[in-house]
Amino acid sequence: MGNFIKNAKEFLIKIGNAIKNFFWNIRRYINKFKRKISDFLDKKKINPAGKFPGWAKALVYLSPALIVLGIFTFWPIINSFALVVYENYNMTSDSITGYTIFGNFIKVLTDESFIVPASHTASSAVINTLIIVFISVPISIFLALGISVALNSIKPLKGFFQTVYFLPYVTNTIAIGLVFAYMFKTQGGLVNQFISFFGIDASELSWVETNAVYWRSMFVLIFYSVWSSLAFKIMVFLTSIQGIDKQYYQAASIDATPKGRIFSKITVPLISPMIFYITVTSVIGAFKIYNAIVALFGVQGTPPGANYNLQSIVMYIYQFIDGSKEGQLSVAAAGSLILFAIILVLTIVQMQVSKKRVHY
Amino acid sequence: MELRLEKLTKVFTNKNGQETRAVDNLDITIESGTLVALLGPSGCGKSTTLFMIAGLVKPTGGKIFFGEDDVTKLAPEKRGIGLVFQNYALYPHMTVFKNILFPLENLDVPRDEAFARVKEMANLVGIGELLDRKPSQLSGGQQQRVAIARALVKKPRVLLLDEPLSNLDARLRLQMREEIKRIQRETGITTIFVTHDQEEAMSISDKMVVLDFGKEQQYAAPQSMYNQPGNLFVAKFLGNPPINAFEAEVKNKKLIINEKPFMTLNVPDGLYDVGMRPENFRVADDGFKTEIKDIFHIGRDTMIHFEFNGNNVRALVDSDTMKVNQKSVSLTIKPERVYIFDKQTGKVVNHG
Repeated sequence: MGNFIKNAKEFLIKIGNAIKNFFWNIRRYINKFKRKISDFLDKKKINPAGKFPGWAKALVYLSPALIVLGIFTFWPIINSFALVVYENYNMTSDSITGYTIFGNFIKVLTDESFIVPASHTASSAVINTLIIVFISVPISIFLALGISVALNSIKPLKGFFQTVYFLPYVTNTIAIGLVFAYMFKTQGGLVNQFISFFGIDASELSWVETNAVYWRSMFVLIFYSVWSSLAFKIMVFLTSIQGIDKQYYQAASIDATPKGRIFSKITVPLISPMIFYITVTSVIGAFKIYNAIVALFGVQGTPPGANYNLQSIVMYIYQFIDGSKEGQLSVAAAGSLILFAIILVLTIVQMQVSKKRVHY
Repeated sequence: MELRLEKLTKVFTNKNGQETRAVDNLDITIESGTLVALLGPSGCGKSTTLFMIAGLVKPTGGKIFFGEDDVTKLAPEKRGIGLVFQNYALYPHMTVFKNILFPLENLDVPRDEAFARVKEMANLVGIGELLDRKPSQLSGGQQQRVAIARALVKKPRVLLLDEPLSNLDARLRLQMREEIKRIQRETGITTIFVTHDQEEAMSISDKMVVLDFGKEQQYAAPQSMYNQPGNLFVAKFLGNPPINAFEAEVKNKKLIINEKPFMTLNVPDGLYDVGMRPENFRVADDGFKTEIKDIFHIGRDTMIHFEFNGNNVRALVDSDTMKVNQKSVSLTIKPERVYIFDKQTGKVVNHG
């Protein structure tokens, strides 16, 4: 029996060696072939390797990405700058009645549901978006920081907890949204059951359905966007915390530094570049919020029978392309440029603030 | 303050259940106000010993006393120690001033006094003008000084230095060595210094402990350890170029080398390990004649290679006593500079 196992092992090693030899030889022949080609080209003095500068080679390698980006990103951006100056652009006949500089911007800015809520509604796209950005982003960053520090300090089941906190990231947003909508149902929803557990009458407490008041639906939306964005932030913070040299903590512990001070004076400053990166990208991401609202409240962004709207800026823009105000591409372009300007200004402000606070 | 280690032991167990005795029954008493070097090859347990004294590593057994206090179970922050890490561990986002101030922020010190102490300490280590800089704007030697200032500013009972000079270039190392000695003398603090560099340990310390595989080999003042090594390991570890060690027989109280009597030794007959330092050989006409295998003239000194009992042996002699391409030489060595070690235990055998 032992002999058989020994023979089988030797046989497997032989096979393994044969396979490795095979690939080794393939590489040898490829190299030989490459050398031959290059020798041949050298002889004919048409070897391109020597003639083209390094950047030309780089451009060749970059071209697939550049072409895709050019068609689907840069060209639309350039186009939206062009669209903005058209007056009454008609998509189907591709005709315009003239040119305007600020006309489309004025249309957007004075629209009843963009900045100032009109009399029959109680909210506007900009107000909704700003509330989401300035409440959900700070909450999610602080939560993610706390959770990643906690995750870093537990030893048993470390991998398990890290997986648990990362799961939302790999789950479909729409699916999570539907689960949230179900959890916040008036009748039989998990949240209302939990509230009634404390003896509070929750049978009429509506979160996302008819009679849901604005702050309640907004609470669900913020809750949802915080939760769904936590996973990525935790992952980034956790990896950067794990990258901090242990000696800083040893030095701090010898100096009798309390836990809170270690967190605020050592951990946070040392991962500040990552915090900054996460802040900038989450602010941009939150400004572009779209599918979370669709998942919770449908494409209209309105709970049934509500006199308000939970539309975000992106949803507002989108309705000019495919929705209630279909076809007004120029207005949509103006709206996106305004969004772009808001994000740009905020990012510049963040970068200025960060110069003092971020330690690279 | 006196520092005492009693049967200090640390055993590391790896995943396969194999045990490594990193520190093995260490019994050392370090007198108050002295600078003691823990010396040994890498992996000998010297840093583990230091971290156990600091409280960052929990000992498997044994006790640590600071004066009369048993601190074995005490958390690092309650021991009152200052520790300088091998790569300094200066907080990169804080200025030098804030780095040195940091330990004081956690103590009950008035603000004015804390600032004064930081300035005083910065001046003591010679970085008084660099307080506004960040660690990344400092040279290695300056960072080293900041690390020492940070360790000393809270007036610790013991200062621990973990290979503090290994990240510096050769010239700075020499300078910082003297600086550390000066700072230690001025503050009078009990200091433990971990190093693998024997020259560094010998030049800086009042006493040194040589460790090998976690065991204490010898604990003595540097020069006496060099002149009277306790065992073969210490003899081999100290000295550059290293000691010549070879096997030789003692017959009728005569040490036999190359089948000739070399010298008279007052030890029982038998096989011994013999150690002779290259620099202890002298050229003399009435000495022991031997053929030269190789000769290197290095300015002031000349290195001669020859064979003793089939082993390659080196002697470092005065160049004036040698001729270029000399073929044979007659050498002497003082009897007290010939070390005889027991073959089994490796311990030195007194032959005086």
